[in-house]
Amino acid sequence: MSEQAALFDLTLTEEQRITRESMQRFAESELKSISRESDENGSTPEGFLDKTVELGLSLIPIPEALGGAGMPRSPISNALNAEDLGKGDFSLALAAVTPLAFINTVIDNGTEAQQEKYLSPLASESFVAATIAFMEPKATFEPTEPETKAEKSSKGYVLNGVKTNVVLASTAEYILVIAQETGGNVEAFIVEKGANGLSIESKKNMGLRPIETCTVTLENVEVAANAKLGEGEKSFNLDKFIALSRLGTCALSLGTCEAVLEYVTEYANERIAFGEPIAYRQSVAFMIANMAIELEGMRLMVWKAASRAEQGMDFYRDAYLAHVLCAEKTMEIGTNGVQILGGHGFIREHPVELWYRNLRAVGILEGCASI
Amino acid sequence: MINLELSEGLKNMDQLTRGLAQGMLRPISRKYDIQEHDDIPEMEQLGGLMGGGAPGGSKKESDSESGDVMSSFLSEDGSSNEIKNGGQMTAVVTVSNIAWGCCGLMLALPGVGLGNAAIQSVATPEQKERFGRVYAGMAITEPSTGSDSSAVSTTATLDGDEWVLNGEKIFVTAGHRCNTVVVWATLDKSKGKAAIKSFVVPKGTPGMELVRLEKKMGIRASDTAAFSFNNCRIPKDNILGSAEVADTEEARKKAFGGVMQTFDNTRPMVAAMAIGVGQASIDMSKDMLSKEGVSFDYKKRLYNCSAAQAEMYRMEADIESARLLALKAGWMADNKMPNSKEASMSKAKAGRSGSHASLKAVELCQSLGYSVDNLLEKFARDSKILDIFEGTQQIQQLIVARNVLGLSSKELK
Repeated sequence: MSEQAALFDLTLTEEQRITRESMQRFAESELKSISRESDENGSTPEGFLDKTVELGLSLIPIPEALGGAGMPRSPISNALNAEDLGKGDFSLALAAVTPLAFINTVIDNGTEAQQEKYLSPLASESFVAATIAFMEPKATFEPTEPETKAEKSSKGYVLNGVKTNVVLASTAEYILVIAQETGGNVEAFIVEKGANGLSIESKKNMGLRPIETCTVTLENVEVAANAKLGEGEKSFNLDKFIALSRLGTCALSLGTCEAVLEYVTEYANERIAFGEPIAYRQSVAFMIANMAIELEGMRLMVWKAASRAEQGMDFYRDAYLAHVLCAEKTMEIGTNGVQILGGHGFIREHPVELWYRNLRAVGILEGCASI
Repeated sequence: MINLELSEGLKNMDQLTRGLAQGMLRPISRKYDIQEHDDIPEMEQLGGLMGGGAPGGSKKESDSESGDVMSSFLSEDGSSNEIKNGGQMTAVVTVSNIAWGCCGLMLALPGVGLGNAAIQSVATPEQKERFGRVYAGMAITEPSTGSDSSAVSTTATLDGDEWVLNGEKIFVTAGHRCNTVVVWATLDKSKGKAAIKSFVVPKGTPGMELVRLEKKMGIRASDTAAFSFNNCRIPKDNILGSAEVADTEEARKKAFGGVMQTFDNTRPMVAAMAIGVGQASIDMSKDMLSKEGVSFDYKKRLYNCSAAQAEMYRMEADIESARLLALKAGWMADNKMPNSKEASMSKAKAGRSGSHASLKAVELCQSLGYSVDNLLEKFARDSKILDIFEGTQQIQQLIVARNVLGLSSKELK
């Protein structure tokens, strides 16, 4: 580590600064511009995911030998990218980073042979989907105790269970299924496209409408023994996976909250009521001040946890607390965004209701967007 | 490069001050809460160790001359690098720890007064030399002037080689124990904010009278004085800054803005106090709950946790967020970036989070929390003022809102 890194510092590296500029440009021109249309249609516009390939998200961490750029794993750079894309559109950004979440998890937990087998196909010129199946349809779902089961068999493992909100599941080449191994730990298994016993049904939510969020049912799905991530000492690190995923979701939400803040700032300055802009009223202005305060606090929490992860320090508590704060405050920002526009905020002509619906996902999503 | 860990020097300072707070302040915290206005001999010792100086002022400068324990940590971080972790960040770390020990005693630390911050940021080198290492309180508030510091009505009139002060001041922190008071007064009420200047008034100057000490809900170890000034005469060059009253509107604004800038340094310090008290409440209530089998492992989803665990996690998230905001404000000041907005953000978040955490901690521990047998109830009394003085929650929100919305004080009142 360089000497400079030993100091508390909020300055971006030159590389991060340049990357942010291009991410922000891309978010503005390719995500924000189609945000409403995609939400209304309930589908990702054709060509969008292919366009995201130019960002190189998947290529960056894949080892050079496997066709990638071989850059070191960088949770902090991933968090910055997620924030910038999330400002354009939360759902589309989530879809864009979904293969990356798979790749990061395989790099963190997989053997060399597994990386070679599963990452090479993702180092492609076109968009190749791969995803993670984690959440389950249960009101008290507990990430540390998934109910999907993996039973050891003569050929490998047999998987049974139901997973929800699996992003891009129907087109994914690989689905990483997190399951409780009978008599063992919670492990991650790679299920290949079209496996027997795998059924995928696209479902709609309150938000995230532009992207495929699927319920994946596993009925006696057989996988080989080496489809279980890791080997020997290096086995699946569930706590780390949960923490990195929460940070990814939080990072996406920072961008969306930034979009809310900008929108209501402009609106409150233009909207005239009682003879003056509503921004002149403390009741409105203070809501906006609090958005700015909480957003900055959340950002620093996410950055701190991500930077600890990047430096190989323990970061689970930081990630947990960042998620607690983001789950509550992003929704507060979402709901106040609609409130400031009043009745107009409720009309689908303005984006605030869309952000409101998407931001509700922050406290719910688990296992997505691992940075 | 993004890194939100404390530098080595700051970490050392963190440990040192936490140790001092635990070892020296906690044991006497209750005693001086009860004795309220008594002298605190223990604090003289600690004050000597800390080297005095104002936490809000340019600490680096004052401490580098003194060669005390604190200063040995200050100069090393970032001196040869572009980015600095300097005096303001050190102050955030230090103040939060001392306040973790006892916020009342923190405010009674000899040599650490708000007036010191004003002197450090505004005094000329000649004045700094002459006033030396004073212990200076700050007299801004008047009976009819709270958050609106521009409505100051205490007057200063030049008579020959002396200023003559007349008026009343209240809420002067450490007014009894300090040896000097920095007094805000107007040269000409009709000229508004621009005519408000600050004056260094040594205690014992004829015409200056300490009228009473307030009896408060919390921070009782810290004295809060009221003064009256009746034809109180001080030397002409005890004025801080220029005696000129700007004649254009623009220049007047700028002049008052300069006075208010002291707050960009002091607000993160009060934020640090709130963070310290909030953290103290969290640590103590967690200890109590842990003894009864409640564990805190930061694993289960918030709503799969018990209510006590979930509440604790929320409190911790708020305090951590406030801490990072205060460190950021300090970091910006150390690196010469304008930080008015960030200073107010940290104060707003920390003030309300510290207050909330301390009140919740009492509730979480039930009768143990409410009892004077433990310090939790004291933390909950102390924390409230931190969301009030040095700019209330509402004033901070106003500053942030004007900044974000790009509005003037005429537009957003």
